[in-house]
Amino acid sequence: MTTVPQMPKSWRLESKPHKFCPGCGHGLVLKALGEVIDELGIQDRVAFGCDIGCSLLAWDFFNVDTVQTHHGRTTPVMTGLKRANPDIVCIAYMGDGGGYAIGSQHLVNAAARNERITAILVNNCNYAMTGGQMAPTTLPGMKTETTPYGRDVEQTGYPTQGPEMVAAITREGAYVARGTIANLKQLKSYLKKALENQMAGNGFSFVEALSTCPTNWRTNAKDTWAFVEKEMPKYFKVGEIKNPAVKEGE
Amino acid sequence: MVEKPVQEEKRVFMTGNEVVAWAALAAKADIMYGYPITPQNEIMHYWTRMAPKYGKKFLQTEDELSAGFTTLGGVLAGKKAFTATAGPGNTLMQEPMSMAEMMRIPSVVIIQQRGGPSTATVIYSQQEVTMTTYGGNGEGFRIVYSTASHQDVFDYTIKAFNTAWKYRFPTFVLGDGYQAKMRESLTIYDPEDRGIELLEPEPFFGKQAVNGEKQPLHIRNTYNTEEELYEVLSRYMDEYMKVAPEIVEYHQFDCDDAEIVVVSHGVVSRAAKGAVQELRKEGYKVGYFRPITLRPFPAEQLRAVADKTKTLLFVESAFGQLAKLAQQAIFGSTVGVENLFKPGVGVTSEEIVARVKAMV
Ligand SMILES: Cc1ncc(C[n+]2csc(CCOP(=O)(O)OP(=O)(O)O)c2C)c(N)n1
Ligand code: SF4
Ligand SMILES: [Mg+2]
Repeated sequence: MTTVPQMPKSWRLESKPHKFCPGCGHGLVLKALGEVIDELGIQDRVAFGCDIGCSLLAWDFFNVDTVQTHHGRTTPVMTGLKRANPDIVCIAYMGDGGGYAIGSQHLVNAAARNERITAILVNNCNYAMTGGQMAPTTLPGMKTETTPYGRDVEQTGYPTQGPEMVAAITREGAYVARGTIANLKQLKSYLKKALENQMAGNGFSFVEALSTCPTNWRTNAKDTWAFVEKEMPKYFKVGEIKNPAVKEGE
Repeated sequence: MVEKPVQEEKRVFMTGNEVVAWAALAAKADIMYGYPITPQNEIMHYWTRMAPKYGKKFLQTEDELSAGFTTLGGVLAGKKAFTATAGPGNTLMQEPMSMAEMMRIPSVVIIQQRGGPSTATVIYSQQEVTMTTYGGNGEGFRIVYSTASHQDVFDYTIKAFNTAWKYRFPTFVLGDGYQAKMRESLTIYDPEDRGIELLEPEPFFGKQAVNGEKQPLHIRNTYNTEEELYEVLSRYMDEYMKVAPEIVEYHQFDCDDAEIVVVSHGVVSRAAKGAVQELRKEGYKVGYFRPITLRPFPAEQLRAVADKTKTLLFVESAFGQLAKLAQQAIFGSTVGVENLFKPGVGVTSEEIVARVKAMV
C-alpha cells in the first residue's frame, strides 16, 4: 500500500515533489499558505506573485494564477494588479533580500499607501538563491559567503526588523505579524488573518516567516531546527504586531 | 453612461503632454501609473484631472521601477495600462519592460526624451533612442514609434495600445521635451468614429471559471536550461520577424532622383522636411527619409533609398544613435554617409540647408 501525503487542494500536483532543498522552510510556508487558500475557498480568486530568490521555485507551485517577477519587484506587480482589479486576492511572496534590500522601497511605500495586498516574506537570514551571502536579516556574528568572519555589526549594522518597520509606518487597517515555521499552526493563523484582512479591504497585510536554509547554513537537521527555533527569535520576536480585528484595549 | 472623452472631431491647440492624456482617454486606457520627471509630468497632471470623470484610475508610485512593474500588474488584470517617463526614469523603466518582453505583456510607455547622460537637462534630446529600442538585457522585442508632431503624438498614442495588445510586445511612443512642452494645433477625434477599431484588452489573471473549472495561468521569466530559453526566444524572434513588416512605418519623399537623402526622425524630421523642400525649390537634388518605427526599423525601405542615392545625411539631436540603427539596417550598402549630430540640442532647417550646400 502506498500512502499519499496530504497536500492542500490548491497545490499543483504536477509540480510535486517541489524543487526546494530537503529541510527548506519555503515548502512549509507554502503548505500553510495552501491550506489557508483552501480553507478560505479562494483558489479561483488568488493571484500569487513570487520574487527572484528561492521563492522563484514556486512559479508553478499552486493551481492559482501565478507570476514570477524580478528580484524585489513582486510587491509593485501585485500592487498594480490589485489597483486594476480589486476582486483579485493578491499575494506577494518574497525573500528577505527581495523585501528588505533591493525591493525595500516598494515594501515601505506599499505599506505607507496601505495597499490592499498581502505580502509574505521568508526570512532565512541570507541570500539563499545566490549561494548564501549576507542579507539584511543575517544575525550578528553569523558567517555567510560575504561575511566569512561573521557579520560585524559595526560595519554592516543589525538585522532589519521588518514587521516592526512595517507596523511603524502603517496606520489603521494594516495587519502585521511575524510567524515561524517552528510553529506552523500559529504561522497558518497569521497567514489566514493576513488574507482575510486584505479581503475585508482593510489594508496592507504583512507576514514575515522565520524559515530555514540548511543548504547555505551548512547545518544538519538538528542544528537547523535549533537555529530557527532558538537563535533567530533572539533577534526576531515572533507574534502579532498589528491586527485590525482586535480593538485597542481588548 | 459616461460620455466619450472626445465627442466630435475638433481642432485644438495644446501641449504634447496634454495630447497624450487625451489620446490615452480616446484609446480607452483604463489606468496610468507614474512617477514625476520632467518633461513628462503634465501627462500625469492632465490624466489625474480628466481620468476620474471617465472612471479611469491613477497611481503615483515610489519610483519608475514601481511605475513599470505596477503597469505590468495592471495589464495582467486585463486593463489597458500605461506609464510615462523620461531620461533617468527611462533607464529604470528598462527593467520592468524587459520583463514585459519576456512575458509578452502588452504595456504602453510614453517617453519624452531629455538631455543625457545622467540628469543632464530637463529640456530636450534624441538621446534615448538606443535605450528605448534595445535597452533591456535582451533582444529588443518591442515596438518604438518616434513621433514628430502633436498630431503624431495623438495618433500614435492611440495606435500604441492597439499595437501592444495585437502583437503582445511592449510598445513605446518616443517623443521629446519639445513635443511634450510645446503648444501646437492638431485635430483630436474619437478613433471609433473614424472607423479605427480599438482592440479589447484581455485578462491574464482573474478570469472566471468555466463550468466550475478554472485554468490558472503560470507565467515566469526564468528558465532552467539554455535550450529551454533558446526555444522560447527563437519563437519570439520568429514571431517578431513575421509581424515586423506589418508594423514598420516610415515616410519618404523626393528620394527617386536625389543625390543626397536627409535621414532623421522625430521632431528633427520637421526641420529636415523644411530643409529638403527649400533645397528642392533652389534646384538641389535632395530627398527625405524618416523612420517612424525605430524598432522594428524600416530596413528594406532605407536600403532601397541607399541603393539609388549617393549620400545619406544623418541628422539627429544625439551622437549617432539613429545613424547606428540605420547603418546596421543597410549593412553592405556602399552609399556615402555624412552626419549632422547635435546631442541634446535642437536642429534647425537652416543648419541642414547649410550643411547640404556645403556637401555639394
Ligand atoms: C536586479 C537583480 N540583482 C541581483 C539578482 C541576483 N539574485 C537572485 S536571487 C538573489 C537573492 C535572493 O535572496 P532572498 O531574497 O533573501 O531570497 P532567498 O533565496 O533567500 O529565498 C539575488 C541577489 C537578481 N536576480 N536581480
Ligand atoms: S538554498 Fe536554502 S532557501 Fe533555497 S531552497 Fe535550498 S534550503 Fe531553501
Ligand atoms: Mg533570504
